[in-house]
Amino acid sequence: MLYRTAGQFKTSYRADHALFPVKQDAWLLGFILLFAVVIFPLTASEFAFRALLTPVLIYALAALGLNILTGYAGQLSLGTGAFMGVGAYACYKLVTLFPEMNLLVAIALSGFFSAAIGVAFGLPSLRIKGFYLAIATLAAQFFLVWLFEKWAWLYNYNSSGAIQVPTISMFGVPVAGPNATAMVQYYVVLAIVALVTVLAINITRGRIGRMWKAVRDMDIAAELVGINPMKAKLSAFAVSSYIVGVAGALFVFLWRGAAEPVAFDIPLSFRVLFIAIIGGLGSILGNYLGAILIVALPVIISALPAAVGLPLSSAMVEHLNTMIIGALIILFLIVEPHGLARFWAIIREKLIMWPFPH
Amino acid sequence: MNSRVADPVAIAEQGAGEMLMEVRNVSLSFGGVKAITDISFDIRKGEIRAIIGPNGAGKTSMLNVINGFYTPQKGEIVFRGQTRRAMKPHHAVRQGIARTFQNVALFKGMSTLDNIMAGRAVKMRRNLFWQMLWHGPALAEEIEHRAAVEEIIDFLEIQHIRRTPVGKLPYGLQKRVELGRALAMEPSLLLLDEPMAGMNLEEKEDMSRFILDVNRQRGTTIALIEHDMGVVMDLSDRVVVLDYGKKIADGVPDAVKSNQAVIDAYLGVAH
Repeated sequence: MLYRTAGQFKTSYRADHALFPVKQDAWLLGFILLFAVVIFPLTASEFAFRALLTPVLIYALAALGLNILTGYAGQLSLGTGAFMGVGAYACYKLVTLFPEMNLLVAIALSGFFSAAIGVAFGLPSLRIKGFYLAIATLAAQFFLVWLFEKWAWLYNYNSSGAIQVPTISMFGVPVAGPNATAMVQYYVVLAIVALVTVLAINITRGRIGRMWKAVRDMDIAAELVGINPMKAKLSAFAVSSYIVGVAGALFVFLWRGAAEPVAFDIPLSFRVLFIAIIGGLGSILGNYLGAILIVALPVIISALPAAVGLPLSSAMVEHLNTMIIGALIILFLIVEPHGLARFWAIIREKLIMWPFPH
Repeated sequence: MNSRVADPVAIAEQGAGEMLMEVRNVSLSFGGVKAITDISFDIRKGEIRAIIGPNGAGKTSMLNVINGFYTPQKGEIVFRGQTRRAMKPHHAVRQGIARTFQNVALFKGMSTLDNIMAGRAVKMRRNLFWQMLWHGPALAEEIEHRAAVEEIIDFLEIQHIRRTPVGKLPYGLQKRVELGRALAMEPSLLLLDEPMAGMNLEEKEDMSRFILDVNRQRGTTIALIEHDMGVVMDLSDRVVVLDYGKKIADGVPDAVKSNQAVIDAYLGVAH
């Protein structure tokens, strides 16, 4: 009933190319943004910011980066964690070498470092595909994490071997480091993630997005419509790694506050890959849905027994949590292998029709 | 014979009709297997040129040579007055050669509209920066090409499947979308690899009409491979016949039909 598209006619291609051809979608997004910008910050606790809101956004951004590579351009990568690390270490070096540099500039620049590394490790994709490419990116994963450990210059010869975020202020307000409040960090992350998401939507719906999808669906045919597969694949690696690198910089600077090389090891890569797959490959929205499921649901589930007064030991809660999340992931993938984004698309279709069957 | 824009007999007799492509003494082999042996023929502007022959005669290999997928070991190809040698398929597209495939080669996850829009990839120029901004030059370019694509959609009568992912379409429609994608490239030479394969009579009639309309209304030169002899003889202006990688006949359909070598190749001959 709410989702009526009747009467919404488009009389120009410009109107048809609008971001929200159905105006209910725009309302829905406005509603979500209202929550994200006003209602959550007013009601959320410090814990909710640190454990739920900020990580969901950062993981969604990392998954968005991976999704461009894997979901849109069809190149499987297992090196996401390491590329996030490149962004984080690059940002760390930038802010320590140039302390007067604005943090936002440093984060934006650090993406270029991971983009360059991503393109370098994407070169094998010109020759190999599928699982074999995944193995090549796995090599990047191990090599880069090894580099983060062994190259002491990267962490400024810190005795702990970790990178420690110094206090960084913008306009007199501390945004990173031990003095920053979670709410400020959340707003900065929200702004960056929203901006990158809009840019990613724009890229994927135009010429370049079609080029990527063409290479994904049939690379030979793509070449025969005049698409240069080398350009398509390497540009996907560059854009994807840029976004992943920015997510990595946010991961350390606006959330964790410190990181050891092991933080960027393969479990992080898999985590981001799971988010992208469960959310839905080849979709932008899916990254958010997947991040909510993978990051936020465990937090909510483990907080539940305490909230309803169940006396469970914390170890028990942990075990239950792992089991429930695991079962949910399998269930979602069986019910809808194309991910939560497709799930939503089907619900939306049904809502447009409802209550009539056709 | 129906009244054609370019009269094949006149072409043959007077040498009229500008030369679009000339294939000169091309040979192609894979290891020890000779796919094509010393073949020469030409394609003139505005004609429908059929390449026929029994299975394994080297027809598809010939198309693959023409659009740069294979590089022949011997011989040369002159396209629009320029000799060319080794090249990649996406270079051939830039020169104005488009093709469809025997087994439909569409982008299955994309909608009909996106598939045909992808055919205009070489014509669109806006870089990553403008694409990110979207509003402005990138959107203007998108809309300009959308209008051209919608014309093709109207022409092929596939308005109703504009938003459908092509993987879900029936085979006949997929073939039509593939033709649309090739047309979106606005080629000067259109290569069709068995456009009627696996179609029923009605679909064949539709496809024949589209091919003729493309040739007449858009003035596109067409080279096609087809096994349905009725279709070939009705559609094409001139026919080249291959057998075991060699050219055995070349000429107007009526002449080819009565050629003894062609009859032998198709029906077999007692040795």
